[in-house]
Amino acid sequence: MAERYVVVGGGLAGLMTVIKLAEAGKHVDVFSIVPVKRSHSVCAQGGINGAVNTKGEGDHPDIHLKDTLKGGDFLAEQPPVKGMCYAAPQIIYLLDRMGVPFNRTSEGLLDFRRFGGTLHHRTAFAGASTGQQLLYALDEQVRRYEHDGLVRKYEYWEYLSFIKDEQGACRGIVALDLRTMEIEAFAADAVCLATGGPGIVYGRSTNSTINTGSANGRSYIDGAIYANAEFVQVHPTAIPGEDKHRLMSESARGEGGRVWVPKQKGDKRRGKDIPENERWYFLEEKYPRYGNLVPRDVGSREIFAVVKDLGMGVEGQDAVYLDVSHIPAAILDRKLGGIMDIYEKFQGVDPRHEPMKIFPAVHYSMGGLWCDYEADAKNDMVAGSPRQQMTNIPGLYAAGECDYAYHGANRLGANSLLSCIYAGMIAGPAMISYARNNMKTKGDVPGSLLAAGKKQWDERFNSIYRMSGPENPYVIGQQMGDLMIKSATVVKHNAQLDVALGEIQGLKESWKRCNVLDTGRTVNQSAAYVNQLWNMLEIAHLILKSSRLRDESRGSHYKPEFVLPKPKTAKPTDDPEFMAAWKARNDRWLRNSMGSWTPEGPRVEFQELQSLKNPILAPEPRHYD
Amino acid sequence: MPDNVIVRIERCDGPGHPSHWEEFHVDRRPNANVISVLMQIQRNPVTAEGKKTTPPAWDAACLEEVCGSCTMVINGKVRQACSALIDKLTRPITLQPMKKFPLVRDLTVDRQKMFDALKRVRAWVPIDGTYDLGPGPKQSPEVTELRYVLSTCMTCGCCLEVCPQVAPGTAFLGAAAISQVRLFDLHPTGAMNASERLHGLMGEGGVTDCGKAANCVDACPKGIPLTSSIADMARETTKQALKDWFFRDERKGGAGPAG
Repeated sequence: MAERYVVVGGGLAGLMTVIKLAEAGKHVDVFSIVPVKRSHSVCAQGGINGAVNTKGEGDHPDIHLKDTLKGGDFLAEQPPVKGMCYAAPQIIYLLDRMGVPFNRTSEGLLDFRRFGGTLHHRTAFAGASTGQQLLYALDEQVRRYEHDGLVRKYEYWEYLSFIKDEQGACRGIVALDLRTMEIEAFAADAVCLATGGPGIVYGRSTNSTINTGSANGRSYIDGAIYANAEFVQVHPTAIPGEDKHRLMSESARGEGGRVWVPKQKGDKRRGKDIPENERWYFLEEKYPRYGNLVPRDVGSREIFAVVKDLGMGVEGQDAVYLDVSHIPAAILDRKLGGIMDIYEKFQGVDPRHEPMKIFPAVHYSMGGLWCDYEADAKNDMVAGSPRQQMTNIPGLYAAGECDYAYHGANRLGANSLLSCIYAGMIAGPAMISYARNNMKTKGDVPGSLLAAGKKQWDERFNSIYRMSGPENPYVIGQQMGDLMIKSATVVKHNAQLDVALGEIQGLKESWKRCNVLDTGRTVNQSAAYVNQLWNMLEIAHLILKSSRLRDESRGSHYKPEFVLPKPKTAKPTDDPEFMAAWKARNDRWLRNSMGSWTPEGPRVEFQELQSLKNPILAPEPRHYD
Repeated sequence: MPDNVIVRIERCDGPGHPSHWEEFHVDRRPNANVISVLMQIQRNPVTAEGKKTTPPAWDAACLEEVCGSCTMVINGKVRQACSALIDKLTRPITLQPMKKFPLVRDLTVDRQKMFDALKRVRAWVPIDGTYDLGPGPKQSPEVTELRYVLSTCMTCGCCLEVCPQVAPGTAFLGAAAISQVRLFDLHPTGAMNASERLHGLMGEGGVTDCGKAANCVDACPKGIPLTSSIADMARETTKQALKDWFFRDERKGGAGPAG
């Protein structure tokens, strides 16, 4: 029999994996809880990075690599990042060939704009809905393969778990039909999880409602290592909302948007009526080189300091201004139309003429399922190695936001679309190599293994349908979100994390007293949610535990108790005292946190990065002044 | 309580089941939208009469009007629930599922026929592969800007819901798929296969089934010029039909109408 492939998730990473498999003539089953065209990748706004160097700035993949590693404070294995940065220009060209309506110059070439954490124009973009446009391009190519009979879509199906054989290898998945509530087991010689991040663990974030992280959570319970869980990016600029926080893309600042607050505390005037000399452009003042385009962790911390510590928020609220009203409306419509519409539609104010009120919001998980890589002596990725993107479970792969691999302690803007596509591009061939060997040694997946997997989940769901306690699962979800927002975002304190670790245990107990709310067998969303919620609680627990254990500040993970002293010289490397402290910190903490599930709670070990034995770039102090 | 919002939801357990209305009273909160109201009901699924009920089923994902999931009929008008702000709606608010698609349950419907239509019209650029084949063709900013607008179609179904030509038992593809043909035919590489896509728009359910009611263009939440797309594609399919007839000898054994 031919090998069988399963891809879970139909965002950019999943669809790119599917395309690579189908292009090689393989049959793929792709599972998604929504029609793949509605996946969360649609929410990415600003663009995709690639050092194409069209603006005479001397940009190069090596500079992209350095910006990315430094942006993540060197907490990423370097060869995959190098592979990604070198592949970036050709990925952008590929998307262009697929028909993505990228913005263009008057000559008809691709246009590029600036993004955070770099000094180069490196970001290709399609208005301010680049993620949507990229997803549609991949969706169209997958539809073509579907039309040709190579791809079969299981939409409105939810991944429940992978199936493990006696040797601990992944041999398939169990999935739930969200419409009929039927549970089925599917054999596979290799499975790729491309199931996105866990933003909904924080209740309200910039994420889609579907980003529960449930698939990751369950895989972690079943033995997959979840690494660097404590690194969750808080985006500086979002519109707070009742149901979600809506992202206002970094591209607003890339196109010249400025962040400010009134110099006078509690100024009651409308933003547009406050004269220029009474505005405090705090990012530009503190970071003259990068200005409003400092990396996101830096931006969010500065906004928090201005609002929470100094009490200088707009009208005393949790808000600062993001101002693009000095940019001509025609340019805004052409380059940022998507987000201009979002602000106007949801806030009822036209940002072309008035500054926007924004505040940081949980946005992206740098952490995720640990995955392997294989590089040669020159630190180049080995093409087609079965180890690329493979988790610690043989045959189980991870790609996209659900992996941990590319962004270290903080992701740079416009690198996520890139990492999703790159991970998919290398996961597909890796799965083929793995499956080919696997078929030789193992043969077909035994039917008994599939039957056992289905039975386990039928029983689990039958027990969920019987849950008739007093607790509403959606209320528990909301409490979990509030707890996580309070304890594990921009500023973390050990005392608070200790309290949170106790409270998360309490919420897990509450879960056991849940009411399923609905016992029907047609689109029973609350039964599906009860299952997801447990997996979310496990991820939340791990985020808290890893946050508690990492006693340093690095990228998005910031503890005021553990901050390096400020260097006394303009260049940190000139201050020996600082360098000694910096080196001591790295010796102890420049390590991946490796989370494994145990019945007693998360076990977290800190492991050195393999690639630092022969690094492409030696770590250096991260500063943007 | 004056600060309550009254929401009436048309509920149905599935095809073949009778539908009924349930009324809910929820707190009014600043900047609330229909989604946040549905979330409130999930947290307390009790009707206005105090009867415990199941949380209504509804689709949602992005909540910023780029995914198309949460499309439903709100106060009689089809739109996305995420961008339907409570303060701007006449109350009581009524929520119903779209009626031109098979009902799944409550507010969820099956829009698969829209994705099938995209297969019929071959809505893609047939690239040679994902290998490193260099940059794509140059394109003018003007064409790209038009393509961008056409490409913001999120397959939400508003245009089908308001179309008099779309009803159970009719085959009309609808404005969304027709406009996608225009999108791909405008691409320099896509143009090479324009005739395949145009053939997808010919025959039963094709562009000639359009009754020119023009409801679609008003209903489109993304402001896509759907009626221009339909007019353009009607012209192009006519040209294609003439070409097919004139060059019928050359096409022997060649591509027939795409199906």
